[in-house]
Amino acid sequence: MKRYSFLELAKNAFSAHKNWGRQWRAPEPKAEYDVVIIGAGGHGLATAYYLAKEHGIRNVAVLEKGWLGGGNTGRNTTIVRSNYLWEESAALYNHAIGLWQGLSQELNYNVMYSARGVMMLAHTVHDVQVAQRHIHANRLAGVQNEWLTPEQAKDYCPPLNIKKDIRYPVMGAALQRVGGTARHDAVAWGYARGADDMGVDIIQNCLVTGIRRGADGAVEGVDTAKGFIKAKKVGVVAAGNTTTVMDMAGVRMPLESYPLQALVSEPVKPAFPCVVMSNTIHAYISQSDKGELVIGAGTDQFISYSQVGGIHITNHTIDAICELFPHFRRMRMLRNWGGIVDVTPDRSPILSKTPVQGLYVNCGWGTGGFKATPGSGHVFAHTIAKDEPHRINAPFTIDRFKTGRLIDEAAAAAVAH
Amino acid sequence: MLLVYCPYCQVERPETEFSCRGQAHIARPADPDTVSDEDWVEYLYLRDNTKGVYAERWRHIHGCGRFFNAVRHTVSDDFLAFYKAGEPMPDLDTLAKEAGK
Amino acid sequence: MSQPFRTEKGGRIDRGDQLTFMFDGEQMQGHKGDTLASALLANGVHLVGRSFKYHRPRGIVTAGSEEPNALVGIYRKGDQTPNLRATQVELYQGLEAISQNRFPSLSFDVGAVNDLLSPLFPAGFYYKTFMWPKSFWDRVYEPIIRAAAGLGRPPKNPDHDSYGNIYEHCDVLIAGSGPAGLAAALAAAETGAKVILCDEQAQFGGSLLSEANATIDGKAAGDWVSGTIAKLSAMDNVTLLNRTTAFGYFAHNYIALAERVTEHMSDPDPKLPRERLWQVRAKEVVIASGAIERPMVFPENDRPGILLADAGRTYLNRYGVKVGHKVVVATACDSAWQAAFDLNDHGVEVAAICDMRETPPESLVSIAKARGIRVEAGCVVTGTLGRKRIKAALIGRLMTSGQVASGGQIDCDALLMSGGWTPTVSLYSQSRGKVVWDQDKGAYVPGVSVQKERSVGGAKGLYGLQATLEDGYAAGEQAAKAATGKSAAVTRAVASGGEAGSGGTLGAIPHDRNPARVKAFVDYQNDVTAKDVKLAVREGMQSIEHIKRYTTTGMATDQGRLSNMNALQIASGALERPVTQVGLTTFRLPYTPTSFGLFAGVSRGDFFDPVRKTPSHEWAVENGGVFEDVGQWKRTWYFPKSGEDMHAAVARECKMVRETVGLFDASTLGKIEVVGPDAAEFLERMYTNPWKKLAPGRCRYGLLLNDAGFIVDDGVMGRLAEDRFHITTTTGGAPNVFATMEDYLQTEWPDLDVWITSTTEQYAVAAVQGPKAREVIAPFIEGIDLSAEKLPHMSVRECTFAGVPCRLFRISFTGELGFEINVPKRHGKMMWETLAKEIEKHNGVPYGTETMHVLRAEKGFIIVGQDTDGTVTPHDAGMSWAIGKKKHDFVGKRGLERPDLVAEGRKQLVGLLTKDPKVKLEEGAQITSRGAPKTGTPAEGHVTSSYYSPALDRNIALAIVKNGQALEGKTLYVPMPDGSIEVEVTSPVFYDKEGARLNV
Repeated sequence: MKRYSFLELAKNAFSAHKNWGRQWRAPEPKAEYDVVIIGAGGHGLATAYYLAKEHGIRNVAVLEKGWLGGGNTGRNTTIVRSNYLWEESAALYNHAIGLWQGLSQELNYNVMYSARGVMMLAHTVHDVQVAQRHIHANRLAGVQNEWLTPEQAKDYCPPLNIKKDIRYPVMGAALQRVGGTARHDAVAWGYARGADDMGVDIIQNCLVTGIRRGADGAVEGVDTAKGFIKAKKVGVVAAGNTTTVMDMAGVRMPLESYPLQALVSEPVKPAFPCVVMSNTIHAYISQSDKGELVIGAGTDQFISYSQVGGIHITNHTIDAICELFPHFRRMRMLRNWGGIVDVTPDRSPILSKTPVQGLYVNCGWGTGGFKATPGSGHVFAHTIAKDEPHRINAPFTIDRFKTGRLIDEAAAAAVAH
Repeated sequence: MLLVYCPYCQVERPETEFSCRGQAHIARPADPDTVSDEDWVEYLYLRDNTKGVYAERWRHIHGCGRFFNAVRHTVSDDFLAFYKAGEPMPDLDTLAKEAGK
Repeated sequence: MSQPFRTEKGGRIDRGDQLTFMFDGEQMQGHKGDTLASALLANGVHLVGRSFKYHRPRGIVTAGSEEPNALVGIYRKGDQTPNLRATQVELYQGLEAISQNRFPSLSFDVGAVNDLLSPLFPAGFYYKTFMWPKSFWDRVYEPIIRAAAGLGRPPKNPDHDSYGNIYEHCDVLIAGSGPAGLAAALAAAETGAKVILCDEQAQFGGSLLSEANATIDGKAAGDWVSGTIAKLSAMDNVTLLNRTTAFGYFAHNYIALAERVTEHMSDPDPKLPRERLWQVRAKEVVIASGAIERPMVFPENDRPGILLADAGRTYLNRYGVKVGHKVVVATACDSAWQAAFDLNDHGVEVAAICDMRETPPESLVSIAKARGIRVEAGCVVTGTLGRKRIKAALIGRLMTSGQVASGGQIDCDALLMSGGWTPTVSLYSQSRGKVVWDQDKGAYVPGVSVQKERSVGGAKGLYGLQATLEDGYAAGEQAAKAATGKSAAVTRAVASGGEAGSGGTLGAIPHDRNPARVKAFVDYQNDVTAKDVKLAVREGMQSIEHIKRYTTTGMATDQGRLSNMNALQIASGALERPVTQVGLTTFRLPYTPTSFGLFAGVSRGDFFDPVRKTPSHEWAVENGGVFEDVGQWKRTWYFPKSGEDMHAAVARECKMVRETVGLFDASTLGKIEVVGPDAAEFLERMYTNPWKKLAPGRCRYGLLLNDAGFIVDDGVMGRLAEDRFHITTTTGGAPNVFATMEDYLQTEWPDLDVWITSTTEQYAVAAVQGPKAREVIAPFIEGIDLSAEKLPHMSVRECTFAGVPCRLFRISFTGELGFEINVPKRHGKMMWETLAKEIEKHNGVPYGTETMHVLRAEKGFIIVGQDTDGTVTPHDAGMSWAIGKKKHDFVGKRGLERPDLVAEGRKQLVGLLTKDPKVKLEEGAQITSRGAPKTGTPAEGHVTSSYYSPALDRNIALAIVKNGQALEGKTLYVPMPDGSIEVEVTSPVFYDKEGARLNV
């Protein structure tokens, strides 16, 4: 692999950039692989990368029905943070933060991880209690998170409206300084390039149509648009389509797939320095390097695979953005799109072995999977390679829904009295 | 903003008058004490989440308040049938064929 | 001379109405009817902006909403709106515009150094560098990139304009008012169908407004438009919306329109909204969005002075503006020839028509020759000269070998180009339809309709005035028939002229220049060149989505409307695959950029979310109450007296409630009336507690779980009669509890004969709590005996309060003698004011939610959502007593039996006392078994509630702690940044453990 650097860029400028090689190949599938990963999004590609890099398993195929990075990886609002409440979640997302910090250098691909800070606003006494609980829990767990007064929040994010006369005045904020954003496409491409370089075959436009199991129930391989591919281990990383794929192996999943919308404004000069989230009034906003305000909206109330949501969902989010940042009213929406998010009953992911020998599943990231990409791939690769979970993903089983050992991030923000 | 038909009020109304309550025809076990943990998790959490024709529950929450069922295609979001609670689920394959999906 | 490029006559501007405007501080003149772009061009100004990446000088390219270059900031009311297209901004007296993305000025921009360094900045260069040293990305590289990126400057001040919102239904919605749209509107309207016709432009007519020669029914095209609009506007069943963009096509034929109401006026009526959002449910839709012309991708095709041919024609015929004095026309299709002829009619020198085609139609060639225009067939533009304005075009001759031979240069001050036409399929695509490739037209056109819509005319690649009109009439008739079942005969107009042309090209134009040294732009605004697209392919990007994202082609503010087809063709060539196998990026809403304010509409301030106020609200405001938001409610938090802070006020309120009496507004609690023969059976199934034996006139605390076994709500249920319960829920939980009850009742237990009704808004509730509570209420209560014997703790009676009907609960959330008085809401203010006056006599106080919280914590009463969080079972909360042991089933019973819910080591509710009574724990603080725990130590639990207790004169706390109930008397630690706090585990009941104060 030709390493990327400024020098290399300068050198190539002299040859009119005619000599750059492919970032990844377009191979035809082999008859058999040690591991097949279904889904070439960020999580699937990262899994393949770490299988090759950390576990020496290079005979790996990543099968993708469309184009790599074309699902939620390329459709999210690129927020990275780890200030989750439960120790299990904080450990998982903080593991990812650790990897984000060196990811550009690790992949030799600038993923533009930018620790601009993620500020989560509190608007009610209950919000303040919840935020404080997070901050205390995070401090004990070694996860950076701190409390800001409304004035400190405004210092950190000058456009923020902290006037007391708005409908839900800002009572303070929890700030995670190591949180921020990254360039979503670059994450998929960087992992794809790295994995490909170590021999992983990334096979695009290759729909999986079946998962074959032998007489003993164990996985034997997958049927695809390009024929049968043998593999004793299959990892499913298919986000919104996980239910459909797991059905092929006869495994029912506690998932529902909802449309989730996001939108960007026209690009403007720097206007917004960090990431601001408000769970109470449903606003999520940052500004991309290109200058667009990137805004996350909510899910529709029904399941759908359409990648299109209702206008009332978008309206609701923009209401909140304009309330908190009233000078953005004259900014304009450039593009609005949707993804399909797979949501579990406790809003935490599943990173787990399954009742089927050789079948592994990584799903249920709901509305927030992008931030976990490196950590998720890293521990999922471990799970597949060793046939047992990494310490960090051990709690994220499918079984927890049966036993009741939930990791309930949504409940932790429960509405009060 | 979907257009939903309430079979009780017999009117079409915008989606915001309604509340979608997930997959239809999942009955709470009559005698929960006799149900295994596996079957209880099935009732609590496991849903078909079908990509295609799907029967789901809606409630006319800002109207008559009644629960009813609807069959919707989860890719096109087109509704194929609406029926009252307690009525049997129509044959989804037939509906799909009629709608040409 | 003012406006040197204005024609002597013609155009649809009002020459009698001269307007003054400013561009970058320079004063200029234009006319009413001009856009900013046409006025600038009339003044000879082409250079209006700088490109995104290379900061190249850029001019106006189009005359429509797809304009990629002429983006300006417009000042109004002391603030600016960025990125407005000069081609859409209507001129008004005093308009102030500035150019963007340049420093220090438009003509001298230091950012232009990027253009010199452009060999270092190919597509995706930023993925390959800026990685060393690691810490420089956030601190150095990214800030520089950000400052260089972006276009205009964001507004600085809050927007004071208002925005309107209209919901509408119609039979037929027609988007676009060119010939097809107008014909469709005529045909549909004639049937009596309810029709909405919208157009993004100020004037209806679309392409007909640029037409100089064609006639319809013997009239000039523009006159036919005026007549048609007059006819339509006289019809009651037709709504005409100009300046209105159909920007979003949602499921079930739901269309969003953005109407610009005031921005074209210099001094609008302040009562008018700036913009108005129309949300239209249309039975049928006619998409008449037309087609737009494609640029030609030749080297240096981005110089100011290079425009699309049709734009040149529009400026001339519609606005009376000549794009130059000496114009070269470069084309691959017939339509551009008409532009040359029209310019020639106005005395503009057409230096040459260069047509790529070896044999352009003889009919056109002969007209050109007759006019003395030089015609170059088989000829391409291979480059241009000039920096801030084109000076000359380099031309080349296409050889049969495919090579290009130099053909010299032609001096000019403007160049019009046409690569052919691209149907505008955005709305169709948004309707979830799949476009199909039409090889003959060299374009994607709408395929099968998924929703109830049809595309007409240019939007489906159908050209020629007569054919377009015919298509429009047919579609209008068909849509109206489908929507209403009615049809009507409409006289169809007949056109002459405006014939469909042929020809067109896609992709990069061949040239004889050094490919390494020249730039041929595909996406103007984002500075994406043909080379960039090829580089992306070389690097392994195969899907058009990858190419788009890697090069950013099609991601500019025109969303690829100008660039997509050329990029696709170049990618197709580089990949050696047919266009259809490269894919097409999805068109998403909005069709053109749309104000956030439009979406937010009236949802601002108090209208952002409804405010729910309690009956005591006004009294509380007058008496200095401080409020907190709880859901949508405003609740009084505490009532400070002058000089008191929150701590002092709450301490005083707590003390007085326990010593004398306090008055609290409990109206926000959810209330549900459960009525019917099976009322008790229903509650038996919903709540954990037993209900059947509860006697009428008695109350019981009830706990509600979900079927997973976790606490979700609680309340007090009063049995008024055998078949009637008045139950309460938490404030925040009220809607969900009611919905959950309806769900079980309607879908699981339809056999139960019960009716439930939300009565939250029907009652005002005052809690009177404290030793003097009975004395306070006694003067007003009639019809019942208030004595402890006749009305013991946990009772409910119907009676009157000050003469109005009342439900009186004897219950307590404070641990004191307490009553909750429910009266019809309309009497709530009277009740509150009566009681507020009465408590004064007893030295009592009004108190707020904070005091309520303290008092209940002293008694160890939980607050669902604060002391529980959705992971707590009744056993965890120490409330096993609330579970009816003999019950066969209740919601949550089976869930509670699952392995993890009965496992050892669950977190349980306890009390905590700090070793130092003065130390107050922070709510949310974590609890560990050892002091000074190492980072990563798992927490044993956390503090859920913490207050200073005036009754105990010390701080107290509630907490959830692992195995907590077994740890009473043990020491635990609460680690804080400055050291651990020692705490003792206690019972959660701190005050009056025996409950003696309740039973008086």
